Amino acid sequence: MKVLVAVKRVVDANVKVRVSADHSGVELANVKMALNPFCEIAVEEAIRLKEAGKASEVVVVTIGTSAAQEQLRTALALGADRAIHVTTDAELVPLSVAKLLLAVQQQEQAQLIILGKQSIDGDNNQTGQMLAALGKLPQATFISEVEMIDGGVAVTREVDGGVQVVKLPLPAVLTTDLRLNEPRYATLPNIMKAKKKPLDTVTAESLGVTLKTHQQILSVTPPKARQAGVMVDSVAALVDKLKNEAKVI
Amino acid sequence: MAVLVIAEHDNHQLKADTLKAVSAASQLDGDIHLLVAGSDCADVVSAASQLAGVSKVFVAEHAVYQHQQAENIAELIAANAASYSHILAAATSFGKDVLPRAAALLDVAMVSDIVEIVDGETFVRPIYAGSALATVKSLDAVKVVSIRSSAFDAVAQGGNAVTETLPQVFEPLSEFVSKTAIASERPELSSANVVVSGGRALGSAANFALIEQLADKLGGAVGASRAAVDAGYVANDLQVGQTGKIVAPSLYIAVGISGAIQHLAGMKDSKVIVAINKDPQAPIFQVADYGLEADLFEALPSLIEMI
Repeated sequence: MKVLVAVKRVVDANVKVRVSADHSGVELANVKMALNPFCEIAVEEAIRLKEAGKASEVVVVTIGTSAAQEQLRTALALGADRAIHVTTDAELVPLSVAKLLLAVQQQEQAQLIILGKQSIDGDNNQTGQMLAALGKLPQATFISEVEMIDGGVAVTREVDGGVQVVKLPLPAVLTTDLRLNEPRYATLPNIMKAKKKPLDTVTAESLGVTLKTHQQILSVTPPKARQAGVMVDSVAALVDKLKNEAKVI
Repeated sequence: MAVLVIAEHDNHQLKADTLKAVSAASQLDGDIHLLVAGSDCADVVSAASQLAGVSKVFVAEHAVYQHQQAENIAELIAANAASYSHILAAATSFGKDVLPRAAALLDVAMVSDIVEIVDGETFVRPIYAGSALATVKSLDAVKVVSIRSSAFDAVAQGGNAVTETLPQVFEPLSEFVSKTAIASERPELSSANVVVSGGRALGSAANFALIEQLADKLGGAVGASRAAVDAGYVANDLQVGQTGKIVAPSLYIAVGISGAIQHLAGMKDSKVIVAINKDPQAPIFQVADYGLEADLFEALPSLIEMI
């Protein structure tokens, strides 16, 4: 079984991003970039499936500028076999990403497609669901457990108020939640070896996908700052403030 | 043009988040129609038809809709989308699962988790874990939008909608096996007026009882940081943050939580924030209205006592 994992280059999760002065976006110059944490979990799960003998090949794919190859190399260093870079400079909405990913999935005939549940920059939480819709494939979002079963996959999903178990026939689309696994670190020898692993580059146009403009970002602004608070020196003072000043208890 | 709101329910009760989505819909021009897909869900249909402003409730009742799986509910939505300018649902785990799938079937992009409606095609939504607000204009004919429940008030009762049956049957592509619900007698986290959250500093699941006692005393819900969930102190559906629940109660008490960006993304719109932490440098103090630098094991018992 071939597993396709979609990964995204995003601002490192620990960076405090700033809105640009002209309100056109956020400052990305000289900011540390990294693999989206949920994509890291997706890569890890695919590699574990391979280590368990359930997957024959793990292919990672990303869409974006040439800088995104850095994240593909990271995924290769973690244990992916091969990488595909779909090059484009365009700002893409998740629907466009899903269309390009579907073209790659069909070319590769991957049986399992694993994505992160959301990227921590756009916070959209859409791409996996859209990819599944376009491919008429079953989907399981927010997964915290995966088990390969006869002719399919059984997964545990994290939903509001509890967990849900569903079985999906293959090919299927899964999106990872935080608790699925603890991603490994890339070791130095593996980082060196990853430089020799195959990385194919294709253009978005060559995949035969026609993309449309769906949205326009009019402005990006900082959120309203909160009024500075006060420190209280005792529990009694805190209770007094909550009762008499804030009047919330 | 009309607005279609996708109702969320468990076949018995309409979820409070749907009331928020209807209230968001009422800020748009047009009739509001509700889609209830489920199995043996007469109570839900009757509750839905009484919501103020809802003029029609479409009912798709069939065993295939019992567990509201994304694959077939999205087909049902797409099949009935033609006459709508907007399709709305709350950004709950159900809404996040279904709505993007329906949007892709309609070949339109989606606007996730909006906190404000500027006009019929322009919406405001947080990005980068709430570090920035993007104003997005949708150029698609049908606007598919999920709304952040904590940013909209619930709609009132008092409507009298007509109901209409949708006979379409779409089979789900996946097989539902089981659902394990976590029982709680406390108010639901995302709609609670008071939330008391604990973090890693609680040290153990047993110590979390202190958080529960304080929450009970205030009639509030219990929340947690990711660290507390990962350490196994509480179930993961209590996690507040970018990847968990987004809450905006009147009072949020953060105990033993440092205040990482990802946690703040889930609670910084609370009206009053109280932080109790023994580290005076903890980032949580920068958003707290009232901060108390103290050992939580001393502060919590006396706080429970005094309230």
